[in-house]
Amino acid sequence: MNVPDDLRYNRSHEWIRLDGDTATVGISDHAQEELTDVVFVELPEVGREVDAGDPTAVVESVKAASDIYAPVSGEVVEVNDAVEGDPSLVNTDPYGAGWIFKLKVKDAAQVEGLMDAAAYTSMIG
Amino acid sequence: MSESLKSSPIESVHLELGGRMVPFAGWNMPVMYSSIMDEHSAVRTTAGIFDISHMGQFFVSGGAALEWLNRMLANNVAKLADRQGQYSFLLNEKGGVIDDLIIYRLGDEEFFLVVNASKIDEDREWLASHAAEGTTLLDDSDNWAGVAVQGPESAAAFAKVFPDAELPERNGISQIGLGVIVCRTGYTGEDGFELFCSAAEGASVFRKFVDAGVKPCGLGARDTLRLEMCYPLNGNDLAPDRTPVEAGLGFFVDLEKGDFTGREVLARQKESGPDQRLAAIEYLEKGAPPRAHYAVHSADGELLGELSSGVLSPSLGKGIGLAYLPRESAKVGTELQIDVRGRKFPAVVVKKPFYKPSAKKS
Repeated sequence: MNVPDDLRYNRSHEWIRLDGDTATVGISDHAQEELTDVVFVELPEVGREVDAGDPTAVVESVKAASDIYAPVSGEVVEVNDAVEGDPSLVNTDPYGAGWIFKLKVKDAAQVEGLMDAAAYTSMIG
Repeated sequence: MSESLKSSPIESVHLELGGRMVPFAGWNMPVMYSSIMDEHSAVRTTAGIFDISHMGQFFVSGGAALEWLNRMLANNVAKLADRQGQYSFLLNEKGGVIDDLIIYRLGDEEFFLVVNASKIDEDREWLASHAAEGTTLLDDSDNWAGVAVQGPESAAAFAKVFPDAELPERNGISQIGLGVIVCRTGYTGEDGFELFCSAAEGASVFRKFVDAGVKPCGLGARDTLRLEMCYPLNGNDLAPDRTPVEAGLGFFVDLEKGDFTGREVLARQKESGPDQRLAAIEYLEKGAPPRAHYAVHSADGELLGELSSGVLSPSLGKGIGLAYLPRESAKVGTELQIDVRGRKFPAVVVKKPFYKPSAKKS
C-alpha cells in the first residue's frame, strides 16, 4: 500500500498536499483500491467555499457513489478536468494525475491537525 | 439490521481468494474479488464462476405434480420434455410477481425448481398453503451448494473438470453420478451452466474450476451482466405489484394452458396493454452512473417514474437502466432525462437487450 510521507490524510481517506496556501486533494491508494474501478468523478465548482468535512466531490465506481470530503476549510480554486475525461486516473495515479480539486486554505493549522503517513497507515491496518 | 447472515458453503474459498464479502438477501456473499470490470469482462470474453449457493432448490413430485405446478406457475409446464428447463413466475392473485424461477422436468412426475435466495421462505410458504393432494413439495435448499460458470470458454472448463461427463443441451438438465445436477442455463447472456452439488462438495467444486482457469466473480459482475441483457432482478425490476406483462416478459406466460393464479389480470393486460411498461433506457452520452431509484423525467422535465435498476455498462461504456414508465413514454426512441443528484443526463428508450453477446462473439 502506497502512503507517501510528504502528505497529510483525512479519516475518510482523502490526502492533502500543501503548497503555500494551496492544498491539492485526492483520495488515497487504499481508498482507490477499496473502490476499485472509478468510472465517474463529479467535480465541485471553482469558487465554492467549503468547510472541513463538507462533501465536495463524488467518486463513483460501478457499484457505488462515494462522497469526497474537504479535509480542511477553504475555497475551491481549481479542479482536475482530466479525471472527468478519464476517471481511471484516480485508480492508476491517485497521488499524481488522479488528484481531484485544489483549495485555497483558510487555516493552515487544520492541515497540521490531519494524520501523517504513519498514523494513516496504522488506521488502515 | 442485526439478524445473522447465512454463510455459503463456499465461503472459505472466497476468503482465501480475497473475495470482498457483503450482505445480500440474508447471505454473506462476495461482491467482487479483483474488480467488477475485470470480472464482467472475463465472463464476456473467457469464463467466470459465481457462487449461487444462496439460491433455493425445491423438488416437487407426485402424480398430480404437473397439473398443480401449472396452476401455480405462469408458464406452461406441460411443454417441458424430460430434462428440459423453463423460465417461469410464481404469481399472486393480482398477477404480481412473488418470484421468478427456473423449473426443470426431471421425469414424468418429478420437477426441480431453482428459486431466488430472498424468496425461499415466501415461495415455500405460498406453495405449501396452496398444496394439492398427490403432490409433495420438498425445500432442500440447505443441503445444496451451487456454482454458475458462464462465458464462451465455460464448456471447455467443464470438460477439464468433468472429463467423463457431458453438458446438457441449452436449457437442459443432466446429472453427473449421484447428487450433482448440471443445468445449461445462466443469467449473463453467455453460454454456460449452473451446477448444484451437496453443500459439502461446494468448496472443492468451486476451486476445481478456478484451478482450471475460470475467474472467480462476485455478485457485482453478475448484476452488470444480467442488466446488459435486461434480465430482471427480483425485488428491483420484479415486484408483487408488477406483472410479467408490465415487465415485458409476457412470452413466459401461457394464457392458453388453462387457469392459473393471476391469469385474469394478465389476460386483461395482454388484451388492452398495460398502463405501464418496463423500459430499457440508455444514456445518450457519458455521465454519472444511473442507479436504482433515480428519477426519470420526460424531455420536458415531467416526472415519469424511477429506475428499478441502473449501472454504468462495462461493455457499452455508458449508463443503462430499467424503469416502469407510462406506456406512451416506454416506446423505443422516447427521449428522457435521468436525474442524478440534481443533474439531468439525457437518455433514450432503446430496444432490449442493451448488449447482444452473439454479435460480439462472431
